Amino acid sequence: MNILLAILVLGGIAAVFGALLGYASIRFKVDADPIVEQLDALLPQTQCGQCGYPGCKPYAQAVADGEAINKCAPGGEDTIKKIADLMGVEVQPLDESHVKGDVAQSNRPKVAFIIEEDCIGCTKCIQACPVDAIIGAAKQMHTIIIDECTGCDLCVAPCPVDCIEMREIPETIHNWQWDLNSIPVKQVN
Amino acid sequence: MAFWIASSPHNHNHTKTPNLMRLVILATIPGVFAQWYFFGWGNLIHIGLAMITALLSEFIVLSLRKKPIAHHLLDGSGLLTALLIGICLPALTPWWISVIGTLFAIVIVKQLYGGLGHNPFNPAMAGYVMLLVSFPIQMTLWQPPLSLLTVDLNFANTLTTILTGFTVEGYSVEQVRTSIDGITMATPLDTLKTNLGLGFTVLETITSPVFGENFSLGWEWVNAGFLLGGLFLLTKKAIAWQTPVSFLLSIFVCSFIGYSINPDANPSTMFHWFSGATMLGAFFILTDPVTGATSNKGRLIVGALAGLLVYLIRTLGGYPDGVAFAVLLCNMSAPLIDQYTRPRTYGHAKGEK
Amino acid sequence: MESVIARITRGQFWDFHGGIHPPEQKTLTSTKPIKQLTLPKQLIIPLQQHIGLEGDVLVSIGEHVLKGQPLTGSTNPMEVPIHAPTSGTITAIKMSVIAHPSGLEQLCIFLDVDGLDTWRKRIVCPDLSLLSNHEIIEKIADSGIAGMGGAGFPTHIKANSKPDINFLIINGAECEPYITSDDLLMMEQSIAIVDGIEILDRLLSPAFILIGIEDNKPKAIKALQQATKDNEKIKVCVVPTKYPIGGEKQLIHTLTGQEVPAGQLPIHSGIVMQNVATCFAINEAVRHDTPLIRRVVTVTGQALNKPQNVWALIGTPINFLLEQCEVEAIENVKQPVIMGGPMMGFSIASDIVPIIKTSNCILVPSKKEMPSAFEKESQEVECIRCGQCSDVCPSNLLPQELQWSAKAKDHPQLQKLNLSDCIECGACAYVCPSQIPLVHYYRIAKAEIREQHQLDLKAEKAKVRFEARKMRLEKEKIARQEKNKKAAAARKAAMNKATPEATGAKSAVAAALARVKAKKAAQENPEVTKPVDSAEVSTVEVSATEIVNDQKSQVAAAIARAKAKKKLKEASAQQSEASTTNTEPNKISENNAETEQPTDQKSKVAAAIARAKAKKKLKEASAQQAETKNTETEITTVTENTIGKETIPEKSISEKKHTGKTDLAKAGKHNSDTNIDTDTDTNTSDISDISNANITNTNDIASELVHAAIPAAIDKKAKMAAAIAKAKAKKKLKDAATKESAAILLNEDKKDSN
Repeated sequence: MNILLAILVLGGIAAVFGALLGYASIRFKVDADPIVEQLDALLPQTQCGQCGYPGCKPYAQAVADGEAINKCAPGGEDTIKKIADLMGVEVQPLDESHVKGDVAQSNRPKVAFIIEEDCIGCTKCIQACPVDAIIGAAKQMHTIIIDECTGCDLCVAPCPVDCIEMREIPETIHNWQWDLNSIPVKQVN
Repeated sequence: MAFWIASSPHNHNHTKTPNLMRLVILATIPGVFAQWYFFGWGNLIHIGLAMITALLSEFIVLSLRKKPIAHHLLDGSGLLTALLIGICLPALTPWWISVIGTLFAIVIVKQLYGGLGHNPFNPAMAGYVMLLVSFPIQMTLWQPPLSLLTVDLNFANTLTTILTGFTVEGYSVEQVRTSIDGITMATPLDTLKTNLGLGFTVLETITSPVFGENFSLGWEWVNAGFLLGGLFLLTKKAIAWQTPVSFLLSIFVCSFIGYSINPDANPSTMFHWFSGATMLGAFFILTDPVTGATSNKGRLIVGALAGLLVYLIRTLGGYPDGVAFAVLLCNMSAPLIDQYTRPRTYGHAKGEK
Repeated sequence: MESVIARITRGQFWDFHGGIHPPEQKTLTSTKPIKQLTLPKQLIIPLQQHIGLEGDVLVSIGEHVLKGQPLTGSTNPMEVPIHAPTSGTITAIKMSVIAHPSGLEQLCIFLDVDGLDTWRKRIVCPDLSLLSNHEIIEKIADSGIAGMGGAGFPTHIKANSKPDINFLIINGAECEPYITSDDLLMMEQSIAIVDGIEILDRLLSPAFILIGIEDNKPKAIKALQQATKDNEKIKVCVVPTKYPIGGEKQLIHTLTGQEVPAGQLPIHSGIVMQNVATCFAINEAVRHDTPLIRRVVTVTGQALNKPQNVWALIGTPINFLLEQCEVEAIENVKQPVIMGGPMMGFSIASDIVPIIKTSNCILVPSKKEMPSAFEKESQEVECIRCGQCSDVCPSNLLPQELQWSAKAKDHPQLQKLNLSDCIECGACAYVCPSQIPLVHYYRIAKAEIREQHQLDLKAEKAKVRFEARKMRLEKEKIARQEKNKKAAAARKAAMNKATPEATGAKSAVAAALARVKAKKAAQENPEVTKPVDSAEVSTVEVSATEIVNDQKSQVAAAIARAKAKKKLKEASAQQSEASTTNTEPNKISENNAETEQPTDQKSKVAAAIARAKAKKKLKEASAQQAETKNTETEITTVTENTIGKETIPEKSISEKKHTGKTDLAKAGKHNSDTNIDTDTDTNTSDISDISNANITNTNDIASELVHAAIPAAIDKKAKMAAAIAKAKAKKKLKDAATKESAAILLNEDKKDSN
C-alpha cells in the first residue's frame, strides 16, 4: 500500500513537472536565428562546392539536416570547430576526400589565374564560377577579377587547355602582417 | 649585410620574475628571524624540509610534463611556496606534515593546474588548509615562545621532536607545550577563542602568559618582522600597495567596530594586527599576483574582503585564525572581481565596456 | 575653456594614466649641432613614404633630374609626391628593401647623384598675404609633406580641415628615448618653426596654439619661448618627462584634459596636432618653395663612435649615415639597427634601407646598453598577473588580459577589452618581468582581427554574388523555356500553313535524312571516298532549302546537323587516334570564327586537347599535325553551308557581342575599381547569355531571334537586381572604407607625435 502511494505521489509529481516543463518550453520559446542561417554565416562563402553541394547555403541546409560537418575544405578546422560548437556535436577532422587540390594545405589565400596566351575563350570557366568572378566572352580571352575570386578552384577543372592555375596572393607591405614565429631575418646581398 | 631583427620595444627594464621571487624571499628574513628568536628552530627546520620537497617534487613533475626544468625550477616560485608553508606550520609538528603539505601545494595546486601563472589558488595556503583540515591534531601543535617553555628547546631537541615526536631527553610534544602550571599552551588567538567560548572576557584572558606584555608574546614581533619585510617590498615596488593597505585597514575597521561595541568579547585592533598570520598574509600571501586581482580597484576590494573574512573567521568561525581560508576564498572571487573592476579605457565613456 | 588656458598659464597639466621612464640617453646627441653631410653617391627613393597611395612616376630611367624636381605626381588627395633630393640621373626604378618592419621590397627610384646639387627653378614667396589659403595648401601638397613624427599622414589633408578648431597642438614632446632630432631642430630653427606654425594658424585659425615640450629639453624650450614672445596666441607648454607623453592622445590629454573618444580623430574634438618638424617643412615649402627632400635624423647608439644629428636627404641609404657617424664594425650578425626609437621603432633588415620622410632616428645600440635587443630566443615565461603592465598602460588597458585573449585567439573578448585602443607604445612589454613580448601579441591579434574582418566582408560579397548568379540562372532558365514554347508555337503555325513551301520543307527533311544516312556511312567507313559525293548531294539539297528559306527546313537542318555532329563525335571517340584527322581544328575555327555551334565547340575542345597533348609530345604531335592538315571531313562543308543561312541572325548577335565587348573593355580599364564589379557582372551575364544561347541552343535560329528579344527584357530585370546589389555593396564598401581610413588616421596620429 505504502509502495503504491509512493509510486502514485512520485508519478503525480513527475506528471506535474512534465506538464510545467512542457508549458515552459512553449511559453518561453526563444526565437533564435534559423539554424541554417547561422550555419551559413559560419561557412567561408567560397561557394566552391567541394562539400558536394552546389554552394555554401545548400551545405548549411544539409548540415542542419544531419550531414557530416567536416566537409568544408576551405573553412578548414576552424570552421569545423565553429559548426561543432553550434550544432553541439563532436569536432571531427576534415574529411580529406573533399579536399581538392591544395586549397586546404596552403596558409596564404589563393586566387585563380588565367594564363592568357593559352586561353581559347571557351567560356567554360565562366559557367563554372560560382561568383561570376571571370569576365570574357566566347572566343575572347578571359580574365579573373582578383578581388571577387574566392579561390574555390572550381574553374580549374573545366578548363580544356589547363590554362587556369591557383596562385598565391603575393605578400606586399600592404597585406603583410606581424607574425611572432617568423620575424623575417633576411640576408640581403 | 643583414641586421638582427626583433619586434619593438627593443629595450627592457631588466626585471625578471625570478628576481622578483628572490626579493620576496629575502623580505621574509626579518619575520623568520623573529620566529627563530622567539620560537626556536622548528620553523627553520620545516622551511628546509619544505624547500627540499618542493624542489624534488617540482623537478619530477616538470620532467613528467616535459618542460624545461632548469628554467622553471630556478624561478623561485616553488621555493617561495615552500618557505611560506614552513613559516605557517606549527613549529613542533611532525616532519611529514610539511612534506605532505608541500607536495600537495606544488604538485596538485600548482603544477597540475599548469604551473606558475596558471594556479587559481595560492599553493602555500591551499597546502596549509589541506593540512589543517586533514591533520587537525598535528596542525594545532603550536609551540609557545621559548621563554615560556620548561624544556630547553635547542636545535637537536627540536629536530628530534619533529622527526620522532620526542626531544632528546624524551619529552613528548605535549609535555613541551605544557607550561609550569600544567596548562597546555596554545597560540594567543587559540587561547582567546577558547576562553571567550568558556565565558571569560578579553581582559581576563590576556592575563595569560602567552599574551605577554603587549598583544601576544613573540607573535607581535614576528608580525612586526613581516611588516618590515612588507614595507621593504613596497619600497621596491615588488608588490602592489593596494592589497596590504586595504586588508589591514579592513581588519582595523572591523575589529574597531567590534571592540567599541563590546570590548569584553572582542580583542583590540592592534591585537588583530599583530597576532596570527596577519602581516604575513597582508604582505606575502594576499599579494601573490597569480591568484589575486589584477586591477587596482580589484586589489582594494580583495584586500578589504580578505580583512573582513579574517575578522569574521577569527571571531565567529571554528578556527582561531582565518588568513588561509580568507585567502582561498578571495582567490576564488578574484577573477569575478577583476571582471567587474576593469578600468575605463582611454577614450571610452564610463560604464562602456 | 578659460580654465584650460588658466591652468596652462599656471603650468599645471593633467596627468595621464601609466607611463614609464626608460633611460633617456638623449645626451649622446643633444649636445652636438645638426651636421650637414656630404652628398651620398646614390639615393634610393621609395615611391610611397606616407599613409595613402603611391603617386605616378613622372620620370624615366636615364633621365637627368634637378634638385627639387617632382619624381611622382599626384591626382588623388591621398597621394603625396616625392622629389629629387639632389640633382642626378635616374638609373633604375625597381623593387628594393624599404624602411618597413617586414623587410619587404617596394618600388624605389634609384638616383645617381651628380654632385652638383643644381636646384630647379624656385619661386620664393616674399609675402604670404598674397597667397590664398587654397594656394598655400596646394603648395603644401605639392611639396610632398607628410607627418614627420612617425606614420606620415599627408599634411595637406590635416591642414585643410573644417573650421571650429579649438586647439592647434604642436608636438615637440619627443618622449622616445635617444631621439633628439626635434629637440635639435627646435634649438636651431625655432624661428622657422614658429613661421610654420603661423602658416598653420592662418589655415586652421584655431582658438589656441599650444606647443608641448618635455621638460628635459631646456634649450629648445628657451629657443621657442624666445621665438614666440611676440605672439600671444602661441603658448609653450612645458610638460613633465614621461613616456609616452608624445603620443597624440596622451599629449592632448596632458595639455587640455580632454580625451579623444575611441574610434574618433582629434579633429572631431576640434584639435589638430602637428609635429615640429612638419611645421618646419611647411615653412620651407610655403616660403622658400623647397619641397620635403631632407630631414633631421638622429643617428645614435653606443655602437657608434660619433652619434649625432644629421641633415639627411630623403633616400640616403642607412650604410652611408652609419659610415658618417663612424659605426664600429658590425661583425656581429645579431646587431640590431633600429629605425625610430627603442620603444616603438622597428629593426631594419638591410643596410641599404633608405631614409624616408618619417625616419627620425637610426639607433645602433651596443649589446651592453640594450641587451634585450640582441636576444635571439624569447626570454618569455608565464605571466604571473603582477599587473605592472596595466599600471603603466597609457590607454588604461589590461595588457595581461589582452595577452591571454590574444594567445587564445579570442577575438570577441579582445574587442571587448578594447584592443583597438592600444597605441603599441611598448610600455607594458618594457616593464613585464616575465619578458612577454606583449606588443607583438597585440600586433598579431590586431592583424588577425583585421584579416578576419576583411574575410567576412569578402565572404559576404561572395554570398551576394552567388545569390545574384543563382537568381540570374533561374531567370535565364525560365526565359529559355518560354522562348522554346514560343518557338514551338511558331513552328506549329508554320506547319499548319498549307503553303507550297511545306512541300519544300518536306523535301528538305527528306534531304536531311538522306544526308544523315550518308554521313553515317561516311563515319563507318572513313577510308572510303564516298563522303565526297554525299557532301555534294547535301550541299545541293541544302542550297535548295535555302531557296525555300523556310524555318522548318532550318529546324530539320539543325537537327540533322546536331545528329551528324553527335555521330561524328562518337566516331571520333571510337577512333581515338584517328580522331584528329576527322576534325581539323584550325580550318574550322577560321571558317566559323563567328559561330559557336556545338560541334564546333566540341571539335575545338578536341583540338585544344590535341594541342595540349602536342605540347607534351612535340615530335609525335608535329607529325600528327601534318596529317591533320591534309585530311578534311565532309562535315565541315556541311556546317559551312548551314552556317551560311545563319548569317543574318548571327550578325545581330555579333553586334550585341560587340557592344558587350566594348563594355568589357571599359570594365577592364577600371578593373581595380571595385565599384565597377557589378557592371562587369551584368556584362558578363550579357555575354554569357549570348554564348549560352549559341552553345546550348540546338534548335532553329528563329528561336535564336526570339531569344535575343527576351533576354533583353530579362537582362533589364537582372540589371536592376544587379544595380540594387551594387548599391548595397557600395554602401558596405564605403562603411568599410571609412572605418579603415579612421583606423589609419588613428594609427597615424598616435605615431605622428613621437
